[in-house]
Amino acid sequence: MYRSHVLVCGGTGCTSSGSEQIIKALEKEIEKAGLAEEVCVVRTGCHGLCALGPIMIVYPEATFYSMVKVEDVPEIVSEHLLKGRVVSRLVYDETITEKGIQSLNETDFYKKQHRIALRNCGVINPEDIEEYIGRDGYQALAKVLKEMTPDDVVKCLLDSGLRGRGGGGFPTGRKWQLAMGNQADQKYVCCNADEGDPGAFMDRSVLEGDPHVVLEAMAIAGYVIGASQGYIYVRAEYPIAVERLKIAINQAREYGLLGKDIFGSGFDFDIDLRLGAGAFVCGEETALMTSIEGKRGEPHPRPPYPAVKGLFEKPTILNNVETFANIPQIILNGAEWFASMGTEKSKGTKVFALGGKVKNVGLVEIPMGTTLREIVEEIGGGIPNGKKFKAAQTGGPSGGCISAENYDVPIDYDNLIAIGSMMGSGGLIVMDEDTCMVDIAKFFLEFTVDESCGKCTPCRIGTTRLLELLNKITEGKATMEDLDKIEELAEYMKQNSLCALGQTAANPVLSTLKNFREEYIAHIVDKRCPAGVCKSLLSYSIDPDKCKGCTLCAKNCPAGAISGERKEPHVIDQSKCVKCGVCMTKCKFGAIEKK
Amino acid sequence: MKSLEELNAIRNKVRARVDLRSEDENQTRVVVGMATCGIAAGARPVLNALAELVAEKGLKNVAVVQTGCIGLCRFEPIVEVLEPGKETVTYVHMTADKAKEIVETHLIKGQPVIKYTLSAAEK
Repeated sequence: MYRSHVLVCGGTGCTSSGSEQIIKALEKEIEKAGLAEEVCVVRTGCHGLCALGPIMIVYPEATFYSMVKVEDVPEIVSEHLLKGRVVSRLVYDETITEKGIQSLNETDFYKKQHRIALRNCGVINPEDIEEYIGRDGYQALAKVLKEMTPDDVVKCLLDSGLRGRGGGGFPTGRKWQLAMGNQADQKYVCCNADEGDPGAFMDRSVLEGDPHVVLEAMAIAGYVIGASQGYIYVRAEYPIAVERLKIAINQAREYGLLGKDIFGSGFDFDIDLRLGAGAFVCGEETALMTSIEGKRGEPHPRPPYPAVKGLFEKPTILNNVETFANIPQIILNGAEWFASMGTEKSKGTKVFALGGKVKNVGLVEIPMGTTLREIVEEIGGGIPNGKKFKAAQTGGPSGGCISAENYDVPIDYDNLIAIGSMMGSGGLIVMDEDTCMVDIAKFFLEFTVDESCGKCTPCRIGTTRLLELLNKITEGKATMEDLDKIEELAEYMKQNSLCALGQTAANPVLSTLKNFREEYIAHIVDKRCPAGVCKSLLSYSIDPDKCKGCTLCAKNCPAGAISGERKEPHVIDQSKCVKCGVCMTKCKFGAIEKK
Repeated sequence: MKSLEELNAIRNKVRARVDLRSEDENQTRVVVGMATCGIAAGARPVLNALAELVAEKGLKNVAVVQTGCIGLCRFEPIVEVLEPGKETVTYVHMTADKAKEIVETHLIKGQPVIKYTLSAAEK
């Protein structure tokens, strides 16, 4: 029996900022203080507030320490754990109020969140199946096997309104129903954990923080459609998630929660891992299944859909990690409970990976229908350095940019499509006024050019040609006709590409072109980048009135483009300038101008 | 796992442990003085006894926490019981055995053990 629990985040974010060393130091100090019998250290999954990592929470007081360093550990142990004095300098400042230290759930970051998929993340030790069971884990599987028919489960999911969290938003109950109805000697349940959108890490956090929830939901799916084998396709670039999944699968087998005759019901189900090498296209369902089969990960045309002919040509269902993570809670709390959250056609919550120009970078789970303003300004803590919100990118390379005029649109599947973006898997990148929208479109297109598998021409050649057109714009060499060409090419790619990668690759371009057309025109007609990002359209110059002739810029210029006598105004030779901006950062007098 | 009973047995065993990690504004707080004075007077066995008993009895709404010195060092070990909406009860010269009585009589039955309180000790 431990009187106090010290939870340290062991997610990828906090691990990379040194939480492993902190855990080691903690264990050592606790031992030294003779508290090993009284205080336990728990390595958890992600708490969401990655910007403030490494994060440590001490229970029962629920003291939230942020940005903890190894050097702070002896003080925490001797002051807080031994003597009960909170180390206030390390406490997350949002929890400090006039009335004393407030609950974490009262802070702006957590107040509006509602954690269903992430309910155990940051709370339990993901490497201990008993902690998951202690939080009602595997109760849903027991309930399904003992009390429900496959039809009951499908009805429950249909009534709950759960839609696929991987991006498409297809009703999960419907998907299961289709696979259930197809007869075969073997069927499969697959979990898509090939999270590939730049900036997205929702699935990784669920796998790292609560791997058993995915196993439990997959077993439920197996029972419903009549499958005895499941596969989790996870990228090898997620080593912590892979490790914890392996541990979880072994523990579940040990406890008889995977394997033969689960709960004495006669139902057999087992799960294996398949590691992907990180190709973006393998997140597409047909490519993913081809890759599990051991072949080169390339998509193939649908129909036949996986529910009819999927993995090894058998009926298969494929759901995303976050979709699975919602299912046990829906079974236990009922469809009505889930359907009471969200908007008319999008029920429940959605996890977003909040990134970019926002204060509280991290992972948030919010009810569907929350506005972008609430996410950025309240939960996200606003944009740093007093800059203005310009746009938010959702849906990764398949999505689009939401402009400031849609700041107050309630976010759900259908509204996002209506304003020219999409839900996608949940990456949400915030951009401020210093972001060039053409440059952003270019960034995503460079990604899809790299990641196009090359099987079909519209995607392989189309993305490359589209990128060339964008490069022309950012170099100031484009004409207005090029905009028409972009639109024509984008439409062609959408109609003719084999899979969603190519069909949606032009979305970042089309949405920025729609919402920020004037910026494209400024690049083309005025040969000017309004945000000051596109190098070819920039020029640096020295204001002779402000220049003191200190020579600092000339000394630091890597191209040798700055000349001038000491104590005399300097000049930049435009033909030599590489526009690196070093002179601007070095100048102490603000004499360098960027235009 | 062959039965739901087995699963529930594990759940109930672990629940007390995991429940410690919850936050509730309405919970009763049992605060043990764990400054140097408290520790020297024997507060640690008291703290551990309280934490164990609360978990053992499955008292969901009670948190056993520590605090620093409240200035009454000669009365240490001190335990305060803070129930929402009620006056704070301060127990002094605590021991692990007395702690057991407090859990059973005060926390479970709701009757403060007057003989161990500060006001009784001061008389």
